[in-house]
This record gives sequence, structure tokens and C-alpha cells, in this order.
Amino acid sequence: MSETSNNSKSRLHGIWALTNRELKKWYKEPVIFFLSITQPILWMGLLGKAMNIGAVFTSSSISLPPITPPLTPQQLQQLGVFFTDLQSNIMKNAFNTNDYFSFMSVGMIAFTALFTTMFSGMSVVWDRRLGFLNKVLSTPVSRAVIIFSKVLSATLRSMFQAGLIIVIAVAFGLKFGVTFTPLNILGVFAIIFLICVGLSSLFIAITIRSTRIETPMAVVNLINLPMMFASNAFFPTKFMPDWLQTIAKFNPMTYTIDAVRQLLIFNTDWAQLGLDFVCVGIFAVIVATIGIVLSWRYLTK
Amino acid sequence: MRVQTTSFEVEVKNMHVIEANNLTKRFGTLVAVDHVSFSVEEGEIFGFLGPNGAGKTTTINMLITIFKPTEGKGSVLGFDITRQGNNVRNVIGVVPQEYTADDDLTGLENVLLCADLYGIPRNVAKERAMDLLKLVELTDFEDKKVQTYSGGMRRRLELACGLINRPKVLFLDEPTLGLDVQTRTATWNYIRTLKKEFGMTLFMTTHYLEEADALCDRVAIIDHGKIVVIGSPEELKHSLGGDLITLAIKENEDVSGLIQKVEHVKEVRKEDGSYRIKAEIGEVTTPSIIEALRKKGYTVTRLSLTEPTLNEVYLEYTGRSLRDAEESRENVMTQRMTMRRARQ
Repeated sequence: MSETSNNSKSRLHGIWALTNRELKKWYKEPVIFFLSITQPILWMGLLGKAMNIGAVFTSSSISLPPITPPLTPQQLQQLGVFFTDLQSNIMKNAFNTNDYFSFMSVGMIAFTALFTTMFSGMSVVWDRRLGFLNKVLSTPVSRAVIIFSKVLSATLRSMFQAGLIIVIAVAFGLKFGVTFTPLNILGVFAIIFLICVGLSSLFIAITIRSTRIETPMAVVNLINLPMMFASNAFFPTKFMPDWLQTIAKFNPMTYTIDAVRQLLIFNTDWAQLGLDFVCVGIFAVIVATIGIVLSWRYLTK
Repeated sequence: MRVQTTSFEVEVKNMHVIEANNLTKRFGTLVAVDHVSFSVEEGEIFGFLGPNGAGKTTTINMLITIFKPTEGKGSVLGFDITRQGNNVRNVIGVVPQEYTADDDLTGLENVLLCADLYGIPRNVAKERAMDLLKLVELTDFEDKKVQTYSGGMRRRLELACGLINRPKVLFLDEPTLGLDVQTRTATWNYIRTLKKEFGMTLFMTTHYLEEADALCDRVAIIDHGKIVVIGSPEELKHSLGGDLITLAIKENEDVSGLIQKVEHVKEVRKEDGSYRIKAEIGEVTTPSIIEALRKKGYTVTRLSLTEPTLNEVYLEYTGRSLRDAEESRENVMTQRMTMRRARQ
């Protein structure tokens, strides 16, 4: 009766079925889909526009003591130009761009990747609780495919959201760098792909043995905040204290965010961009390997 | 693949469909399954009966290659469960205790998802899925989301999913957990139909005595991870020494000796003015006893004849009534979740 020999089967069979199952929960559910695109808009609006750091350095935010004799209109104008230049210089020096919103909206892309991949770990726990994981384990689907499909669905989701954030950020006033070409967008997707593969493998490795949602949730939250703030997402690392800079140096988010900035808003520094890709790539490969090894060990108890 | 299948079909003739040899599973210090040995013949329904936490699901999980045995060996259709896991997974179907179908997908989509997991090509899968859904009478609901299904419908959908690869052996873990009595009986009928249709061997676990009695050809009673007895429900009931006759007489005399002399009576005990008699073929022996008593002038005032149920068997071998054992938090949670969804 069994017709196993008729089934055309590759080592990777089932990967799309399992990935699509995850994705369907997202794109077929209007509420979840809506929320997942609203969240980055809100963050960008609140953080990017509210923390208008550039405005701190404009002449209107500095009140000069009355000077006698009063300055001539010409001198006043010179002073205005001086302050505008000063602001532009300070911003340029600190953020490598004049526009804090552009700087920070790129951070948002990485931020979204971090939080979207976080849920890939949660869904492993959930599948275990529902018994779905055991059911899949009793089918001929390879153990690695089970993990791959989780990683892949989180990655595809993050890449879609990253694309969306770029579109929204442009609508909100993101200023592309002078070296920007539409081809750079592909580079952005490539780096997002790498970091998401790494991050979701990391979160899956953390949650693979959990039977309850609370513990991994706490661990993941503990990891997420430092990954976000001990990086250059909101503020350049060079102004951070030394110890924090050291942490940021080992934080893959720093390199991801820098790569996206190099591609979108900075004058691309190709050497730096190459370094970013190498660092994030190494992170992705190492963590994905660990994730797969752990899945082999722990999926069969 | 084809070569392997042929060579093994030659071997299978003198081989049991499922064999377990001293299967043992330890979780830390807890011994969940303790040196369990049994074999399942082709075409039979073999049941594991025991309270929650007795080690039934752990045994199933070892056989379907989710758990690695700590000790001992097992094989399904000749494939070793530890070394040839992928071969085992190809030829078995599994209907887990939980409702694993995806709430957000339709019934048909769920069955097709299962087909994908076995690598069954779409055109074949679609045809099979339709047939199976018809068999479990879900055709009218195939395009409805599983959220809207009742417990019985969900269980039938799980059955359909478990059969999509045309398995030779089907594993059912607590197939009617949380269902009401009517739905349970209906589910038994589906299981019988499916078994007949596909000519499979079934391995199931249950903690419902009636279920083991109604469905299983042979039952293994498992307690604290150990098999205490194996046999057909009939054999097991007979092994208790036959039927139980309880009677009382009007006269205040001890007639134990008299009853003992009647043919087929095995044991007589006097308890608070009534006699508990163990006898073979109760329906023949009872009239003989009455006859014997009447001849001596005694009047029978009360009489009952009970055929032993699996409950008495269970009581006899484990010393307790079938009750819920202490369980891990995880099991309790999953069972509660299954039961809650069954009642929707």
C-alpha cells in the first residue's frame, strides 16, 4: 500500500510547505499584517521625528545675550550662516549626514528585523505546545528543514518589512546619499537577509528546548534591548563610553546598520561596507550552524 | 528506495509489524518506560491501556522516532527505530493526541500540508485528500477554516492527515481524548472503517477501558512504565476466573459447601449475608446453583450475575482502579488544551 517509492522526494522537501504555513498566518490575517506594518511607521514617526536632534543646533534654539552696540543686519546674517554651518558640521561629524531622521530611519530597518525574527523562536515553542512539532517530526521531513523553514519565513517577512520601511521613510523625508543608486537596494536586502538568518537561528537555538513561552520570552527580551541600544541604531558609537563601544564592536547589529547606511544615505565607503558584510556574514554562518546542530541534537529527545 | 522496499518485503514474512525489545526511556531520574517488550502482528489493533503518565505516549514517541530509547531496541516493519528513522517515518502514519491541524487553514489545506511533508506530488495529493475527506465525511467542510470545526470533526481531520501517505502502520495516541460518548463511538466506527479500507496495522494508546474493549484485538496494560499483562480483552477477562455471581438466601445458614460442589464453581466467599461466587460460564452455572439450593429447601432472595470488564482486569493486575497518575506540568497543559479545543 505504501507508495513511498513513487514520491518524488528531495532532501529539502517540505521546506516551502512549512515556510508558507508560517507566512500564511501573517499575510492571510489582515489584523496581524496591518499591525506589523503600522508598528515601524509609529516608531519612525515617534523616534525619528520627535527626537529632532538637528533642531538642537539651529540658531532658533540658541538665545544670544543682547549685544551693544546692536549688530548690523549684515553681521546678523553672517552669524546666521555661521550657526547653520556649525549645525551642519556638527551633524555631519556626528552622524555622517545632515539629517537625523535619515540616520535613524535606517536604524528602524534593523530594529524591525530584530523584533520580527524574535517571533521565529516563539513559534517553535508554540508548535511544540500544539503538538504540531511532534507531528512534523514523525514525518520524513528532515530535521534541518524544520529549522530552515522557521528561519526562512522570519527572513522573508523581515525583508518585506525592510522594503516597506524604506518606502515609508522616503515618503517621510529620507535623504539618499549622493552615491546612491537603485542597485544599492539589492545590497540592503542582502545584508538584511544575512542578519535575519543569523538572528532567527539564534532565537531558535535559545527556544528549541523550551516547552513554555515565558522563559525564552524573558531571555529574548534580555538580548534584544542591548542589541538595539549597544549599537549605532540611534546614536553613533564613537560618542559612547569605551566599554559600551567595545560591546557595540562585537554587536552584529552595528555592522548591519552601518552597511544599510553606507548603501542608502552615506557616501559609500566600500572598504567599510565590505567589512560590514564580512562581519554579518560570519555571524550568520556561525549562528546558523549552531542552530542546526542544536536542532539535530534536541529535536530528537 | 525501490530496491530497499523489495528486499524487505521478502524478510517481512517471518517478522512482526512492530517489535519492542526491552524499550526503556529515562528522563533524568524518572523512568518513563521501563524495559517494555511486545510485538504486534500484521493487521491487528494493538492497544496500550493505562492511566495518564503510565508511559503510553512515551512508548509511541519512541516507535515513531521522536524520542530516542535510552535502552533496548525497537523496529517497525523491520526498520530499526534508532538507526533507520527516516525509513520508519516513511511507512507510518501518526495521529497525535493533540489537535495539530492549523486553525487558520481550511480542512483541505491542512491535509495538503501533511501531503507536502511526505513529499507527495500535488496532483496525487489532491486526489487522495479528497478521497480521505470523503471517507471521514468532511467533504462539506473542506473549505471551512478548522477554527469552526467541532472536536469530533477535528479528530476526523487528524485521521485523514495521518493516512495521507497510505501508511502500513497507523499510530493513534488517545484517539478520543476529550470527546463526548456519542462522538467517541462515532470515531471508533471511523477507525474501524479506515482500518478495513486500508488494511493497516494499528497501534493505539488509551486510558478509556471501553475504548480498549471495543476496538483492540489485543491489549497491553501498562502501569508505571511497565507492561503488567498482554492479551485479548476476552482472554484477560477470562483470566480473572470467570464471572461473578452474587446471591443471598432467606435462611440463616452457611451454604458455602453446597454451592462449592456445583459444577464450574471455582470459589465461594460469604460476605455480610451474601455469597460472592466466582464461576466459569456464569449463564449456565447460575441456574445450577439455584437448582441445587432449591433441592435442599433454601430460597434465593437476591441474585446478580456480572461478567468481568476490563476494569476488573485492571484492578486485578495493578491493584488499583484506573485513575489519573501524577503527571508533569507539560502533559497536563497539553491535555487540557486538547480537551478545551475538543469541546469547542
